[in-house]
Amino acid sequence: MLQARKDLINQLQKNILQWQGFVVPPAGASRGIGLGPVEHAFPNGVFPTGAIHEMLCPTPEQAAATGGLMAGLLASLMQQGGVCLWISLSRKLFPPSLHAFGVVPDRVIFVDVQCEKDLLWAMEEGLKCEGLAAVIAEVREISFAQSRRLQLAVESSRVTGFLLRNDPRKPGANTCVARWRVTSLPSEPGEGVPGIGFPRWQVDLLRVRNGNPGSWKLEWAEGRFMPVAEAAAGTVEITLPGRRAG
Amino acid sequence: MAKRFVSLWFRHLVTDWLTLKKPELKDVALVLVAPARNRVIVTAANLLAESQGVTRGMAAADAKAIVPQLQVLDELPGRETWLMNALGEWCIRYTPLVAIDLPDGLIMDVSGCAHLWGTERDYLKEIITRLRSKGYDVRGAMADTAGAAWAVARFGRVKPIIPANGQMDALLPLPPAALRLDPVVLDRLQKLGFYSIRHFIGMGRSVLRRRFGETFLLRIDQALGNQDEPLHLLHPIAPYEERLPCLEPVRTATAIEIAIRTLLGRLCHRLAGEAMGVRTAVLKGYRVDGQVIQAAIGTNSASHQAEHLFKLFELKIPTLEPALGIELFTLEGTKVEQVEPGQEALWSPEGCGLGSQALAGLLDRLANKLGAGAICRYLPQEHYWPERSVKVADSLKEKPATAWRTDRPRPSLLLPRPERVEVTALIPDYPPMLFIYRNKVHQVKKADGPERIEREWWLEQGEHRDYYQVEDEHGQRYWLFRSGHYSGDHSDQWFIHGFFA
Repeated sequence: MLQARKDLINQLQKNILQWQGFVVPPAGASRGIGLGPVEHAFPNGVFPTGAIHEMLCPTPEQAAATGGLMAGLLASLMQQGGVCLWISLSRKLFPPSLHAFGVVPDRVIFVDVQCEKDLLWAMEEGLKCEGLAAVIAEVREISFAQSRRLQLAVESSRVTGFLLRNDPRKPGANTCVARWRVTSLPSEPGEGVPGIGFPRWQVDLLRVRNGNPGSWKLEWAEGRFMPVAEAAAGTVEITLPGRRAG
Repeated sequence: MAKRFVSLWFRHLVTDWLTLKKPELKDVALVLVAPARNRVIVTAANLLAESQGVTRGMAAADAKAIVPQLQVLDELPGRETWLMNALGEWCIRYTPLVAIDLPDGLIMDVSGCAHLWGTERDYLKEIITRLRSKGYDVRGAMADTAGAAWAVARFGRVKPIIPANGQMDALLPLPPAALRLDPVVLDRLQKLGFYSIRHFIGMGRSVLRRRFGETFLLRIDQALGNQDEPLHLLHPIAPYEERLPCLEPVRTATAIEIAIRTLLGRLCHRLAGEAMGVRTAVLKGYRVDGQVIQAAIGTNSASHQAEHLFKLFELKIPTLEPALGIELFTLEGTKVEQVEPGQEALWSPEGCGLGSQALAGLLDRLANKLGAGAICRYLPQEHYWPERSVKVADSLKEKPATAWRTDRPRPSLLLPRPERVEVTALIPDYPPMLFIYRNKVHQVKKADGPERIEREWWLEQGEHRDYYQVEDEHGQRYWLFRSGHYSGDHSDQWFIHGFFA
């Protein structure tokens, strides 16, 4: 009896996901985005592309950390030779830094707009263009209606959008599929090695539609995201995969 | 580009043609006659007749008296025009811009054509020998202006090719008739004793204008190249323009949309046929109140896709104010280029690359609304100085000339200009212990550096920078630099220049 009810609920949940546009990837087709354990927070365990993600970065330090994570995500989104669009009011991103995260900087097209209204218009136009790898926009605020327009655009074109919210105020409700917050963590250089180690972040998924929010520690090493083992926070020797091999 | 013109003069046009038709006329003195003012006068004579003293305009009876065995034929009205047209068409093989200079000449704009036949000399020689071998007695000349070429073709004695800017020297010894003047003016010049152009060319313009009229000065200017001369081309280049008059003035957005669609449909049909595409286009609306309203668009790459161009115009429709109504629309492709035909891909890669049509369309829409300067793409540049390490790409197709450098850490965010920070550094040339940025104290826990970057002395003068990558107690990573050497006192100039991921 209990088992039957569980199956029924599972079936209903699957249907709901399907109606909402989360398609179960055929076996073998999923490549993953390289986020490791973070991906399990999403429905079906797949990073939702063709959706809009919201990233909170009120301070420049957080913006830099978010930029690092973004670049890592873009690298796998642009793997197939795509192009991405970066729309902003006042841009500080330094294109050569993208290369360290595996993105070819000359495949990123920057659009500088004068006002917030143009920015959202440009983002919507970009999201409507099928075939773009991603559209990134640095916005201050976005209303529910505006976010719904963007959602409608991505539903038909399957382009992935990222909203970088650089407004310190409380983010309101919107249709974004996930809300992220990335903060820097002290890096761990190898034992006895001076200087700064690989970039390391605290990645918080504050809200995931149909998923499980959570918090992870990630490190960008050897061209991919590596989860940082909790137990090893104090010790150094097993956090670096290169060292594990000996 | 400097213009070059060739003028051809067919001295015995109709008689040459008759001789071609009837080879038996080759060795006889031949004249064509036509009645005029109760007399029969000679309108054309062949070389043989001319050499025996028969000239054009002479009475036919006189001519017969001079040359008893003269062959006299009736003139063929309209034959000259027909012949000139045919010869002009034939000359299109040498240049697309051929103009007929009635009654017996051609003027060709040969700018940029001569090198295809080698030198200008080879080019002119080729034309003249081809025409002469057919049987036409032709003279030709090449100069910077149509007027000078005309003059040298008919009156020149020395050489047919006038070098660039040499028309003045070439014209000086020629008679005034070389300037294509009215017979009345020529008579007056003759009476005054001006037998060659050098006699009057240096005179004051006002003096010349008073005595010989405005046309006289115009002819001089045209021959010297001070004024452009319009040519009546055999095949004029039609501008890429379409007109749509409205039955009644229209004033709704829908009507304007329909008008734009109709005009674009016509224009694009023509462009597609010629494998051309629009780079910039202007739509003009002539309003009932006499005002003209217009909207302009531009594209990144030449396009003749009506749907795409319409989308660009669609963004501009709200800016068009029809007021009482628009009664006439015109659409002109102000800049038209050849379309690069896209290659059909056997399998389409996932996503669209930099060369795809969809991306070009999107960028056109963005550029038309936000301005062309709003969109940029960066390429690496071989400079260590961070501000100069990237440059804006000219076009979507431009490839990086050098590889992106990855050997040095570079921050995710770079401040447009470095900001001052207060630091405490204990040991010279060591990273600072703490720094104050925006009234917040950051304790430096880890640091890398220094990386010294010098200014390029051939570009600018100033202090070098010693960059340090530092991490504070919260794990936030910064890019600091000291401008110049450590100097011991507190005058060290420390700046923050970026944020690392």
